[in-house]
Amino acid sequence: MVYKLVYENLKHRPVRTLLSSLAIGLGVTMMLALVGVGEGMLEDQANRARGAGADLVVRAPGSSVVGMGSLSMNQKILDYVRARPHVTLATPIGIHSTGGVSSIMGINYDEFAAMSGGFRFREGGRLTAPDDVIIDDLYAREKKLKVGSLLHTMNRDWRVSGIFASGKLARVMIPLTVLQELASANGKITMIYVKLDNPANTQAVIDTMKQDLPEYPIYAMEELIKQFSVNNLPELKAFIGVVVSLAVLFGFLVVFLAMYTAVLERTREIGILKALGAGPGYVLGILLRETVLLAIIGSLCGIAMSYGTRWLIATFIPASMVQAIVYSWWPIASLITLAGAILGVLYPALKAARQDALDSLSYD
Amino acid sequence: MAIIEIQNLRKTFRSGDVDVHALRGVNLLVNPGEFLAVVGRSGSGKSTLFHILGGLTPPTSGTVKIDGQSLTELDEAGRTRLRRNSVGFVFQKYNLLPTLTIRDNINIARDIAGRSEPWDAAFLEVVELLGIAQKLDRKPRQLSGGEQQRVAIARAIVNQPAILLADEPTGNLDTENSNMVLDLLRHLNKKTGQTVLMITHDPEAAAFADRTVQMRDGELHSA
Repeated sequence: MVYKLVYENLKHRPVRTLLSSLAIGLGVTMMLALVGVGEGMLEDQANRARGAGADLVVRAPGSSVVGMGSLSMNQKILDYVRARPHVTLATPIGIHSTGGVSSIMGINYDEFAAMSGGFRFREGGRLTAPDDVIIDDLYAREKKLKVGSLLHTMNRDWRVSGIFASGKLARVMIPLTVLQELASANGKITMIYVKLDNPANTQAVIDTMKQDLPEYPIYAMEELIKQFSVNNLPELKAFIGVVVSLAVLFGFLVVFLAMYTAVLERTREIGILKALGAGPGYVLGILLRETVLLAIIGSLCGIAMSYGTRWLIATFIPASMVQAIVYSWWPIASLITLAGAILGVLYPALKAARQDALDSLSYD
Repeated sequence: MAIIEIQNLRKTFRSGDVDVHALRGVNLLVNPGEFLAVVGRSGSGKSTLFHILGGLTPPTSGTVKIDGQSLTELDEAGRTRLRRNSVGFVFQKYNLLPTLTIRDNINIARDIAGRSEPWDAAFLEVVELLGIAQKLDRKPRQLSGGEQQRVAIARAIVNQPAILLADEPTGNLDTENSNMVLDLLRHLNKKTGQTVLMITHDPEAAAFADRTVQMRDGELHSA
């Protein structure tokens, strides 16, 4: 019976129910979108790293495992790496940040193509001239670039010579030597990608290299990919914490306002229930159930809206961001929202439960 | 034994710095199955008596017993239990829940009383008698005032309370509907033996009762 009353109350004010649910849902969407972007971008980064076709990576001393890195490693290390047993191919990579999370990558085209199994060009082809740039299809779509278009970055214009299928380590690539020159970092690279004769030899090669280059982080590719996790990004974890707190506050405020208004509006109805013998627990139960239902509807709206944010990101900024749908966060975000909603309903519900029956019945 | 026993009942309100003596030593005995009308002008104290008997407000002093249960010592929880189990209300403004159907308006009173069994034959007969059997799935706004008041009567007696308290039950109705509601109250009283205490300012309405008492300046007088 109480559930029927709760359902009818929500149905009686459809606009308020809808707006409250959407507002509660926004908190859920905020959490799911942020976690989804974090997971999605790391997953995308891992997939692209896998697409390079290397078995192991040698990074500059002191560099972060999932960070972009800079042109700080002496290129002479490359000769040492190439001379190791089982190494069939070692190619230097240079990365230069172009602001935010965007970067441009310098490669030795032929070596990189050989290691990664070759680029699949949707349009155009390989790097030929010093001012050539190749970009992946997502970047081309986001920036509305075609072969022959000019791309302005690093204070100069580049001609798009080819658009390749994404999944090859980076979205924007130029010749490594040009990158080094522009960054005033001749002879410096960011990392070395290494291909072995047999992946089974990976650990043995790493062990040998670590003895000779103790200060260099050297990772098997699979080990590196495992590091692409939110847990290894304390800043992202902290940011998720901030957004979760905001979502709780959001749920609290929305439910507080919605239920406070509802309690005022239903003063007379609460009086009727009390006249019929409803105790404080009964009244409290009605409002709590109504809030839980609102939070559930809100969470479902929020989950649905997170698909909307994913579509928006994939449509308008596919190269800058990737949002994954993180199913494991559905119950977490819903429970966090529910907690905020219950905090929000406490004061209005207690006010309703303590309302004097006679005063409530006299309320017009 | 009387179903309502009131002895020297007093109720004093504080209004600003002034004490308002709404009831000044009321004495009353109502027998089981009696239909009593309490008549009085606005401000005479009859509504205060109604609120005390219904457990909506505590008395200041005196003794009030309903079905042997003393109201004087009841706290808020005790008065809530009294409203749930021993008293049925019919208000001037009907006081139905607008979001629920007629059936659910009646059922919520049962739910609050912790009863979940279906309506028994006797109550189904009352629903027929009240002329609302065909309108149980409608919302209150789809019913006339007279019909809504009849639903309120059904809701008030669904848990078989010791007393039915009616506060100006015809105050919002035209003459035809007033007579119909009063006829039904009298009929229910005779047919089921339901004790009814009706507050009214209208002598014509009071004429439907077995007995009438006058409330004047917080005191009761035989009519």
